[in-house]
Amino acid sequence: MIKAQHIVKTFKNGSVETRVLKDVSLQIEQGEFIAIMGKSGAGKSTFMYQLGLLDHPTSGDIIIDDINATSLNHDDRTRFRLENLGYIFQDYALVPELTAIENVIVPLLMQGKSDDEATEIARASLAQIGLSHRENNLPSQMSGGEQQRVSIARAVAHKPKILFADEPTANLDNVSSESVMDVFRDLHNQGQTIIMVTHEPEYTRYCNRVIYLSDGQIVDEKKI
Amino acid sequence: MQNFLTTIKVGTFLGTRQLRRANIWTTLLIVFIMMLTFLNMVVVSGILVGLIDGGNIANRKQYTGNVILTKLSGDPYIENTQNILATIPTIPGVTKWNERYSTGAQFEANYLTRRDFNTERDTVGSSLLGIDVKQEDDLTNLSKYVLEGEYLDPNESGYILMGSTLLRRFSSAFGDGFGSLDGVYPGDRVKVTSNGKTKEFIVKGIVKSKVGEVSFRAFITKQDFLQFVERPSLNADEIAIATDGSITDDALKSTLVNYGFDRFGLIQTATEAIPDFLNQIKLAFGLLGNVIGFIGIVVASITIFIVIFINAVTRRKYIGILKGIGVTSGAIEFSYVLQSFVYAVIGAGLGMLLIYTVFVPLLNAHPLDFPFSDGILSAPIGGTMIRFFLLLIVTLFAGYIPARMIVKKNTLDSILGR
Repeated sequence: MIKAQHIVKTFKNGSVETRVLKDVSLQIEQGEFIAIMGKSGAGKSTFMYQLGLLDHPTSGDIIIDDINATSLNHDDRTRFRLENLGYIFQDYALVPELTAIENVIVPLLMQGKSDDEATEIARASLAQIGLSHRENNLPSQMSGGEQQRVSIARAVAHKPKILFADEPTANLDNVSSESVMDVFRDLHNQGQTIIMVTHEPEYTRYCNRVIYLSDGQIVDEKKI
Repeated sequence: MQNFLTTIKVGTFLGTRQLRRANIWTTLLIVFIMMLTFLNMVVVSGILVGLIDGGNIANRKQYTGNVILTKLSGDPYIENTQNILATIPTIPGVTKWNERYSTGAQFEANYLTRRDFNTERDTVGSSLLGIDVKQEDDLTNLSKYVLEGEYLDPNESGYILMGSTLLRRFSSAFGDGFGSLDGVYPGDRVKVTSNGKTKEFIVKGIVKSKVGEVSFRAFITKQDFLQFVERPSLNADEIAIATDGSITDDALKSTLVNYGFDRFGLIQTATEAIPDFLNQIKLAFGLLGNVIGFIGIVVASITIFIVIFINAVTRRKYIGILKGIGVTSGAIEFSYVLQSFVYAVIGAGLGMLLIYTVFVPLLNAHPLDFPFSDGILSAPIGGTMIRFFLLLIVTLFAGYIPARMIVKKNTLDSILGR
């Protein structure tokens, strides 16, 4: 379903070149829940950004459902992300001026859905993660765990093929982290493909495969 | 087309919510700046032009009426005056008119108290007008401008109304550019000399106005004038005509021309009778006002640019997130353009409201007191709307450019704040 082929990512800072990803290849099947682990600086987030089309690899290809996403232009990549991918960020990344339901509605409206349809889907999505009562709250009026769950609702409302999560529990306490991981487990059980970057080994138990990165290369892989 | 509509829809969704939930004081400050900018654009040039317009309006009310006939160049007076005067009342829309008889004259004061004949006589040269006292007052409200003493009485003879600028105590502010009489008061006597004839008049009153044709001249009754000057005919030098507004000045002029009166006198509308130098000053003031307004627009656009830029920079991360989750650059840019649009419309709208409900009525009721005119605020709706749309367009660009600058940045860099 998603193939990363010989991904190389190099950052340039003046005359200094840093190769963060060194010929990384990986294949992920539909419905898998993958954890990408590694020490700080191992390149796990960078790898996820390449897979999630938020960044361009220096070389190599990302093929999603037989489409070589690296060859898409800027607008087509934006459209592709909108229709096929969902993102959850470490710091929730909710738009502060939008309420919980409005944050979820935005990508749905962008997909061309009507106001009513978008509202209905967003409402159902928030209900699915148990946040119906927070619909009209601004992010500043919610706890970190609630914000992260709204961010999950936003990411999955349009039923993306792949859900990317970049250290989703890093800023949360244990209770909130468990609650977020429970949502991931439920989504996975419903067939959602999830790729999660984490540095917390205890949450790998929710996944069915763990990829270990070190110094920009996959050094180990473990099925759970 | 569908994509465009979606972009507008999402941009509107984001923009309206950002506006609604923005800091109220920041929003008020921006709107206030937009309002001041608009006022700067309209009021500064409006007052500068209004100085001249105020003078022109006064000229119309106190001197020319809607249309004025004066003698043709080279003619001693308006031929066939009585025929013209007989026709004027038959023209629909004409309500008031008056003929004026004029001659150059020298006015001498203080001759009764002059002891030393080696000193110069206290004289001033100007125009002496003979008027139908009542008709002139109906037409120009001349009596309203009597500052000292009284207006002329049609049943009295031997009295004169002196323009204030002919007297030093009123004209000293103008400097020594022209002569003037010392200390003439109502009840004093002045000697008037014209065409070799001299007659003594008692000063009935002093008339003061910012219209030169009023304050620079002296008035006596038509009967006194005709006796004094011994004009062989009843041909006048000026005929001023006022209408009730149901006929335009141009239409009235055309009617008079159609009667063939242009063969006997120069027919001018009030606007045409404005001296060319005043029109030149008006143009220069208008230009000056536009320059000041332009500076205001630049300042406002920079302000909006900075506000939107700071807003976009501080929200760069969220802009990156929105792009990341698939919101197009166009939708995000439109949300900022929409905010600028709202700021401009509300600010300029409030400015317009203030101009037409406060400033214009206020200055019409209490004109600014300038030496040569009563300054009003000249703000024709057409010009104001042009400035409104100009401010709007400039503001839209000032909102779009910084938004574009931030939106163009790499999505991931924006998200990660690098």
